[in-house]
This record gives sequence, C-alpha cells and structure tokens, in this order.
Amino acid sequence: MSAITNIARASLSKDLRLEWRSKDAINSMLFFALLVVVIFSFSFDPTAEESRRIAGGLVWVAFLFAAVVALNQTWARELRNQVLDAYRVSPAPANALFLAKALGNFIFVMVLEAFMTPLFIVFYNLRALGPAYQLLIVAGLGTWALVVNGTFFAAMSLRTRSREIMMPLLLFPISIPALLAMVQGTTAILTADFSAKFWIVLLTAYDVVFTTACLLLFDAVLNAE
Amino acid sequence: MKRAFPILGVLTAVLLSYGLYEALVAAPTEQTMGDVQRIFYYHVPSAWTAFLLFTVNFVASVVYLIRRSVKADIIALVTAEVGVVFCTVVLVTGPIWARPVWGIWWTWDVRLTSTLVLWLIYVSYLFLRRFSSSGQTPLMAAVLAIFGALDVPLVYFSIRFFRTQHPQPVIGGEGSIDPKMLHALLINWAGFLCLAWLVCWSRYRLELLQREVEQTEALEALLDSRRSR
Amino acid sequence: MSFLYAAYAATWIIHISYLAYLLRRYARLRHEIQKLNQK
Repeated sequence: MSAITNIARASLSKDLRLEWRSKDAINSMLFFALLVVVIFSFSFDPTAEESRRIAGGLVWVAFLFAAVVALNQTWARELRNQVLDAYRVSPAPANALFLAKALGNFIFVMVLEAFMTPLFIVFYNLRALGPAYQLLIVAGLGTWALVVNGTFFAAMSLRTRSREIMMPLLLFPISIPALLAMVQGTTAILTADFSAKFWIVLLTAYDVVFTTACLLLFDAVLNAE
Repeated sequence: MKRAFPILGVLTAVLLSYGLYEALVAAPTEQTMGDVQRIFYYHVPSAWTAFLLFTVNFVASVVYLIRRSVKADIIALVTAEVGVVFCTVVLVTGPIWARPVWGIWWTWDVRLTSTLVLWLIYVSYLFLRRFSSSGQTPLMAAVLAIFGALDVPLVYFSIRFFRTQHPQPVIGGEGSIDPKMLHALLINWAGFLCLAWLVCWSRYRLELLQREVEQTEALEALLDSRRSR
Repeated sequence: MSFLYAAYAATWIIHISYLAYLLRRYARLRHEIQKLNQK
C-alpha cells in the first residue's frame, strides 16, 4: 500500500514540477478557459433571475469542455518519451501511475475552474441563494468524477485511431449520471429551490464506484499488448 | 446444429406473425389511449430483449477478462451489436407512442432516458471496437462493458430522483394488465427473443468467417513476402 | 392512428436494415474467399 502512495507521490510531483517549469500547458489552457466563458456569455444572455436557474448547466458544460481539452494531452508526454514502456517493465504497480496522473489532472482542472468561476460570477451576476460552501464540495466531487474516468479512457484511447475524439466519446455517456448530479447540485445551491444533498450523495457514490473500478482495471489496460 | 437454424427461422416467423395478429386484432383496445396503445406490444418486448442482450454482453465481458476466451469476446461483440439494434427500436417507438398520447415527443421518463443512456454507452462501445487496433480490442471492450454495467444503477437512480423533482408523464404504462393483453405481449416477446437468437447466431457465424479470412489473408501476405525474396 | 403503423413499420425497417447490412458483409466475405481460393 505504501509503495503505491510513494510511487504516486513521486510521479505526481514530477508532473507538477514539469508543468510549473514549462507553464506552456497551463497558460494556453487558462486562455482557452477564458475564451469559453466569454463565448458562453455571448450566447446565453439571461436576466438575473433566469441566470441562477441555468447557470448550473452552463458552468458545468464549460468545465467539461475545458476538462476534455486538458485530459486529451494527459498521456502525451509519456507517449513522446516512451515512458509507458519503461513503466510496464518496472515492478511498480500500474495503479500508482494512474493515481498520480488522475490527481495531477484533478489539480489542473480545479485550477481552471477556480479561474473560470469568478468570470462566470461577473458575466452572469451570480449570487448563491443557498449554502455556498457546498459548491466547493460539488465542484470537487464532480471534477474528480470527470477526471478519474477521463484519465482512464484517455489511456484506453492511446492505441486507437482518432485518439482525441475517442476519449470524450467514451467519457460522455458514462458520465451522464455524474453530470446530471453536478448540474442539479449546483442549481440547487444557487437557487435554494431544493436541497443538493441527494446529488452530493450520488456524486460520492459515483466517485467511489469508478475510482475503485479504475484502480482495479488500469493494470489490465496498461499491460494490454 | 445446422438443421436447427431453419427450424428456428420458421418458429420466429410463426411467432412474430401470430404476435402481429394478436397485437393488432385480438388484443382488446385500451380505454384511455385507444389503438395507439398497441405500440406497447412492440415497444416493451424490444426493451426486454435489448436488456437481456446487454446482460449477456456483460457476462461475456467478465468471462473474457478472467479467461481471455475468444468465444466470449465474439459473444460480447455480437450481443452488443444486436442489442443496439433492439435498443434503437425502443427509442424510436417510444417517442412515436408518446406524441399522440401526451402531445410531446420526449420526456425525461426514467425508463426511456435510462434506455437512451444505455444506447449511448453501447454505441460508444461499438465505436471503440471499430477504432482500436485489433490486438487489444477485446480487452478494452470488455473493460468498457464493465464500466457501462457499473453505470447503469447510477443512471437509474439519478434519473428517478430527477423525475420526482420534475414530474413528467411515464411512457410504457404502469399498473396491472388485462390477461388478453398480457398474452399478446408474451407472444410478441417470444417472437422477438427468437429473432434475437437467430440474428445473433448469424452474426456469430459471420464473425467467425471474417476472422478466418483475415487470418488466412495475413498468412498469405507473409508467405508472399517470403516467396518474393 | 397512423402513429401505430409508423411505429410498427419503423421496427421492421430497423431490423431489416440490420439484416441487409449483415448480408452485404457476407457477400463481401464470399468475394474475398473466392479471391483467396484462386491464388
């Protein structure tokens, strides 16, 4: 167990350090995120009352968009430098690598969301009528739901044609219950029309089920042929 | 073995013809919805058949993960394809039924929406099968099928709760059923099950033949390259 | 009323289309096998 965490931590800190040094990916992603928010704001220009009701959906579609772009290049560096082959040969457990990648993506996407959220608040004049701290819980659980499956499917798509379209193609159907929960939970908190509790519980269940599945099955995926 | 195929074919034709008669003529007309309700006799058996096929796919995928048996892989592929066909029927007949009865084409009804998500998951499964390189396709597909199966209860509960917050009409009817209607329903279900079996069997044989041809062609190419040296 | 027939027709169109697709694939395979046998 500790081997997994040690390796995961080492892998994660390597990724973070590389990211921090180059700052390429994060800068382009931040600008992309800004563009997404602006375009969405142009396309949907509701009154304050309506905006609270639809903002949940809008925000999460924008986050999903940004997450997909981020996830698509998650294994790119490893592929370029044949790291995956080296990993397959090493005795390190495969799910340590997966955990590191997923956590790295999680941090990355959360940073993007933290950047996009104040922009959305400004453009839509948003103000949460319900308990705002719950938004953080929904954001965290929801982002993990997207990232854990996204990282897994990105690995599965590595040896397919049209690799970049394959990952979202696989991710979206499976994520539907999580997406519904994220949107409904956010709307619940913004409008205070109903409680977000059920959706938070559902997201937790989703996260537990799929994190377990990914950890158990990643080894088979990495070592396939 | 081979003689069973035409027998099954005849049985399918008989059951489906009888079922058609039952559905359109013999079954009593429903009080509130009228004749349009007869779509039920095609919509529901198709749904049950699709779910059965997807269940078989799940079992075959698990068997493949454990035993790496080629037979399990082909069964998984076949049931996924035929399952999508039946699922498409459900998704097409559902709205056609809903429109005259409730005035709307679609409703985030629990069953119809769950069927839609299941359809989406399995279409993505078929895309994965088509786009991945042949070495690992069976394994990747099996993993995806398992993810899909894990997703199904989550889909069901999330949509069910969503619907209690935003109530909508239920497509497919509920409550007890008249015995004559039940009879028509079961005959049609039996007919569609036989059809599914027939089609799966054909697809299975087609796949076996395809793989044999591919292997032979690969061998030919290898021998050709050797001969030309 | 026509909705009823549309639904039944749609069902059969979908099933027959799939069977036609299978037949086309089978025909193509037969062609391939012929080519291989000639070699």
